[in-house]
Amino acid sequence: MVKIEINDVTYDVPEDFTVLQACEQAGIDIPTLCNDDRLVAHAACRMCLVEVEGMRNLMTACSLKVSDGMKVKTHTPKVIEARRSVLDLLMSNHPNDCLTCEKSGECKLQDYCYEYGVERGSFVGERRDLPPDESNEFYDYDRNKCILCGRCVRVCEELQCTHALTIDNRGFGALADTPFRAGRAESTCVSCGNCVAVCPVGALLPKREKRIRAWDTKKVKTTCTYCGVGCQLELITHKGKVIGSKPVEQGEPNHGLLCVKGSYATDFINHEERLKTPLIRRNGVLEEASWNAAFDLIVSKIKETKEKYGSNSLGGFTSARCTNEDNYLFQKLFRAVIGTNNVDHCARL
Amino acid sequence: MTNSISEVVDNDVIFVIGTNTTENHPVIGTQIKRAKAKGAKLIVAEPRRIELAEEADVFLQIKPGSNIALLNGMLNYIIENDLHDKEYIAERTENFEELKESVKSYTLERVAEICDVDKDDIAKAARMYAESDRAGIYYAMGITQHRTGTHNVIATSNLALACGNIGREFTGVNPLRGQNNVQGACDMGGLPADYSGYQKVFNEDVAQKFEKAWGVENLPREGGLTIPDMLDAIGDGSLRFLYIMGENPMVSDPDINHVKHALESIDFLVVQDIFLTETAELADVVLPAASFAEKDGTFTNTERRVQRVRKAIEPVGDSKPDWVILMEIMRRLGYDKFYKDPSKIMEEIASVTPQYGGISYERLENGGLQWPCPTKDHPGTKYLHKEKIARGKGLFHPVEHIGSAETKDEEYPFILTTGRILYHYHTRSMTGREEGLNKIAPSSFIEINKCTADKLGFKDGETIKVSSRRGSVDVVVKVTDIIDEDVVFMPFHYACGAANYLTGAALDPISKIPEYKVSAVKLEKVG
Repeated sequence: MVKIEINDVTYDVPEDFTVLQACEQAGIDIPTLCNDDRLVAHAACRMCLVEVEGMRNLMTACSLKVSDGMKVKTHTPKVIEARRSVLDLLMSNHPNDCLTCEKSGECKLQDYCYEYGVERGSFVGERRDLPPDESNEFYDYDRNKCILCGRCVRVCEELQCTHALTIDNRGFGALADTPFRAGRAESTCVSCGNCVAVCPVGALLPKREKRIRAWDTKKVKTTCTYCGVGCQLELITHKGKVIGSKPVEQGEPNHGLLCVKGSYATDFINHEERLKTPLIRRNGVLEEASWNAAFDLIVSKIKETKEKYGSNSLGGFTSARCTNEDNYLFQKLFRAVIGTNNVDHCARL
Repeated sequence: MTNSISEVVDNDVIFVIGTNTTENHPVIGTQIKRAKAKGAKLIVAEPRRIELAEEADVFLQIKPGSNIALLNGMLNYIIENDLHDKEYIAERTENFEELKESVKSYTLERVAEICDVDKDDIAKAARMYAESDRAGIYYAMGITQHRTGTHNVIATSNLALACGNIGREFTGVNPLRGQNNVQGACDMGGLPADYSGYQKVFNEDVAQKFEKAWGVENLPREGGLTIPDMLDAIGDGSLRFLYIMGENPMVSDPDINHVKHALESIDFLVVQDIFLTETAELADVVLPAASFAEKDGTFTNTERRVQRVRKAIEPVGDSKPDWVILMEIMRRLGYDKFYKDPSKIMEEIASVTPQYGGISYERLENGGLQWPCPTKDHPGTKYLHKEKIARGKGLFHPVEHIGSAETKDEEYPFILTTGRILYHYHTRSMTGREEGLNKIAPSSFIEINKCTADKLGFKDGETIKVSSRRGSVDVVVKVTDIIDEDVVFMPFHYACGAANYLTGAALDPISKIPEYKVSAVKLEKVG
């Protein structure tokens, strides 16, 4: 542990901490657009600048390691002014279209501009004017909204290990994109959506049929319904329908990652072909029926079969797709109520 | 998994056998790639040159059905070169001498011939695995879906035990379970001879415990039928009523013609699902179930982590959560037990299932818990067999290579192996309704080596006829170089041109798993 002074208060922090981590531990909010605890510190956005005693320039808190006796100031006028300049520069090359931007309400750039009082960019000059990449089946890339934080590139590289993205070109021409800007469809992209999940602005957004404001949606944390990894995700709902999903940012077992199915295969939930009512076969055809009629028929068939042929003439396939509670009750129904151990499921398929 | 997903990135040797991880368990696939990027060594044994094979330090492109030969061969090399963990073997295992004798005949030369790989590569892989302190084995259906599935798994366990790789962090024998709650369905007693927690139905004490807990008498003491046995029992008239919940055997089970015949001839079939699946179409009664987004509950993942499922929207239409439907049927059959919500069912599960004893919804609010979690204050178990092997001593159980039930012959000269692809899931009842996924992966295909395709005059994209002894399907050719000349691959997702018309009824006699991974087929031009 080392002692570090932040805004005149002394804290004990582990020696491998960055200044940003030390501030987080102390409950001091440091703005950042490019930082992600899972990634190597990148110091690209310059929003986390702090003043450190004895150092000539403002330092990026995300990449600066703590040292014993270090004295840090996080919100001096100099620091505030520097952060405001960063936002001013970003907004000078960013469409000021929060009124119509899908990301509005959960955009970090918007939040910081609000917090630091930056209404628009003051540098008049050339702006990026590039066509969007809409070649991916599940999400779009608005190149003009990229703020070059590099989170998409680094997630694809360091965590997803798909290496579909790079910071292409340098200087004013720099852009997070696929090699040669050939578009997602021509790249090694596997549509996991992990770049979309970390984009702090509206550059990467899922394709959506309808325009829905973030503040009109609800999010419910749950477990993915596909493979056995058990990724934690949030289902995004609007007016009682599921409109998408995104990874839970931290924690076991997926640490903020999903695959293409977890990220984008939620359309089945509110699909028009969902079964909405019980069906009973009458004269060879499945016809709509009430729950009562369906229950009555099943129960009478169970009783009749059991009476005529014995309990072991009945059997059930329970399901690896259903919950533990569903499965527990299914085997209980067969063993305790029907009286047979003819219960199995698709574990081997 | 004996160990945990989060340990993957800190393995220094990863032995992948029979799992196409980046497509079937993509997020674990990323962790394997991250471990590799950090400097871990990667061994891949697979019949196809999958994505992970491209990054492997040793890639063993083995023939389908040769897993035991490979594993025994590695073990023999390890023992002959004195690379095994003698201290661990002496302290924590039994029956090593018998194992040692049994693998003696698996010389590198013999094994190289059976697996059709270079003997030096086998030696290299064996040495790499044995010399590491942090070596994990990861497998999936590629080794289990054989008539020797159980023995294949035992062979991995023998290898791990001989190198002291069970009961320690960053090691283990780690099956990657394919379905969201296949672990939980097994844990909950969705098996013919097991109550929840793998408590055997024929154990008198267990039966009496459940009779008391459930307030019933005369619970059956004999084990029930497995799915393949139930389908056969329909054929001989001994099974008259079948209730299928959330499963689509008309696409997923082997030898679909046989399945279809059984389901069409049964007296009464109930299917409970979220869509009118190929199986539901054959039912006498179809019950509309709520999807995972519409109900509360828990799933248990491949690393034994019990995690919450939370209701995000109301059930669609007039559908109901499965547990509500089952509770109502039980009630109407005279078993009047009411559960206010699934947390109450979990309370009952915890009370009768030792591994789940400490699990409650209240605790799960703060994140998942890995079983065994026997008491309310138990933190859960990151890796198994830590203090000692669960059964006392780790048992070496010699197993022999016997090959597959079907081998290629003059009439059926190719070996078909099946699996999944990244862009679909199981029988596509869910992913088949996602437009983007259908655009990327619209229909079934068969992967054929370029040399074979040239020889038979097949072009990429051409529809051909694939036949086995059980059936035939028309399917589009995908010419590739990732597969051997005498092996072909099909995904099993698609109902149209379903691979499972071709797969066989050969079963592992112990687990009753079908031999999906090896079927002899012939390939012909259409028309």
